[in-house]
Amino acid sequence: MATEMLNISTRKILFTALAWCGVLIAIETYALCDAFDFSISLSLADTVNFNLLVATAGYITYMSMRYYRPNGKNLVYLILWDIALAVLCVVAHQQIMLNGPFERNAEYLSYLDASQFFRGVIAWLMITLFGIITWTYFFMQEVRSREKIETDAARLARDTELATLRQQLQPHFLFNSLNSISALAGSKPEQARKMIQQLSDFLRGTIKKDNQLVQLKEEFTHLVLYLEIEKVRFGHRLKTEILINELVSNNLLPSLLLQPIVENAIKFGLYDTTGEIVIRIEALAADQHLLLRVQNPFDPETSQPRQGTGFGLMSVQRRLYLLFGRNDLLVTRADGNQFITEVKIPQSL
Amino acid sequence: MIKTILIDDEPLARSIVAEYLQHYAEISIMQECNDGFEGVKAIAQHKPDLIFLDIQMPKINGFEMLELLEQPPSVIFTTAFDEYAIKAFESHAIDYLLKPFSKDRFDKAIQKWLHQHQTSAAPKTLLTEEVRQPEERTRIVVREGSNIRIVPIHDVHYIEAYDDYVKIFTQKEMFLKKKTMSYYEKSLDETQFVRVHRSYMLNLQQLTKIEPLEKDTYLALLKTGAKVPLSKSGYSKLKGVLGL
Repeated sequence: MATEMLNISTRKILFTALAWCGVLIAIETYALCDAFDFSISLSLADTVNFNLLVATAGYITYMSMRYYRPNGKNLVYLILWDIALAVLCVVAHQQIMLNGPFERNAEYLSYLDASQFFRGVIAWLMITLFGIITWTYFFMQEVRSREKIETDAARLARDTELATLRQQLQPHFLFNSLNSISALAGSKPEQARKMIQQLSDFLRGTIKKDNQLVQLKEEFTHLVLYLEIEKVRFGHRLKTEILINELVSNNLLPSLLLQPIVENAIKFGLYDTTGEIVIRIEALAADQHLLLRVQNPFDPETSQPRQGTGFGLMSVQRRLYLLFGRNDLLVTRADGNQFITEVKIPQSL
Repeated sequence: MIKTILIDDEPLARSIVAEYLQHYAEISIMQECNDGFEGVKAIAQHKPDLIFLDIQMPKINGFEMLELLEQPPSVIFTTAFDEYAIKAFESHAIDYLLKPFSKDRFDKAIQKWLHQHQTSAAPKTLLTEEVRQPEERTRIVVREGSNIRIVPIHDVHYIEAYDDYVKIFTQKEMFLKKKTMSYYEKSLDETQFVRVHRSYMLNLQQLTKIEPLEKDTYLALLKTGAKVPLSKSGYSKLKGVLGL
């Protein structure tokens, strides 16, 4: 795609240069006829010859600059190069006009001699101007492609960060689940097998590659797997209440966003109190947003909920920021002995 | 007979230890506990020779529970991966079992303990100067008679050295804890607690005024009216932290 763009622009540049060449030929021919009373054919021969030579020199400059673009001190070489090309143009023009099949008269010959220096300066200016345009053109190209690389790199870094945040797997959870399976394998092999199945399904869901938005009901299927596993470990203490408003079950949210929030709530609830705990998970509609509310009990006397947010919620906050560019979508508050985490997901996408 | 107690908040995790212990007729399980509070009570009641202890548990962690015991029994830790814990118990426990652990690994731990037990090697002390769990930066667990109290760190006004103990002062109360000043100097957030004297550390949020006492020494006035002496070096450290 980049080379295609380059080709189109190259053609445009060549076309512009040739058109410009044509205009110069016309003006100069008219000037020669008018000022020196040369015949049209001689004037035309002179100008076409000279301008085509200059155009060729310009083309050579363009081609060479495609492969080598001098910078800084080396720009001196460019000037020397231009002077050399201009001298070549003047010499070649003179040779062609003297030896070519053109009408020759004394007036023209003296004009040819007298105009040598002037011609050289014109040729040099034209070639230099063309060189500058070409140089700028390639410079812009390079800047543009560098910018593209930078944007691509930034996007890649963002995607990687999102993937890492999404796949944040708690080693505690994994090893403790494996330990439960180990315990069940001795006494209740059927339940051990069931738990292996649940853990596998859960892990498979966790390592899904796509970073897409999923429907709420899909996210809940995954969440329920997680809750089932946690209940095998903490069944004697852990109760859950799930309330989903039917209106929002097809709403979209970033995949695996809810699980770390619930995980945080369970950990906070289980480790901050000693009795039975109820984790309440709600999904409702709230003007253009999907509102998810997770509630867990805690002990206000010994905990500071602000510090209780922990890593789980920081990564959720970061993900929401990377996806929606907003920092106000995750809110936590304490209400009596309940800790409440609320997430709003914009729905007008 | 060898008495043991299992302390873990997951019943299945206890059941696997119980299952492995069935092969040892001489070891009997006196009680299974769901958390550190139950653990402290059960240990006082049964005086076990050996306990199996999880680290991450409700309210107080395994290390904090051990600190509450006058004479801690031998301990075999059972825990899932935990970078903080591993560092701490490598040098201080009989052994530690990383969940899930095999019967073979479990047997090795028991053999190791039996060996130490028979040669009556002194039980290793568990008190360490390291901070072992991140939550220990945010709270101090203390004993008050038969009650266990969890004091959030921001409620602590100042700490005073007292022989082998430290006195921990809150708004209205004082608690004794068998720890050193240097432990708290290392473990507490240095932007919140400053060691202002060989025997004192204070919570900056409680500080209202500094007044001169004698040549080169000063007195810090806290919001409650309590006064904490500042040594010469403590005074300059305090000035540094406050940016004066």
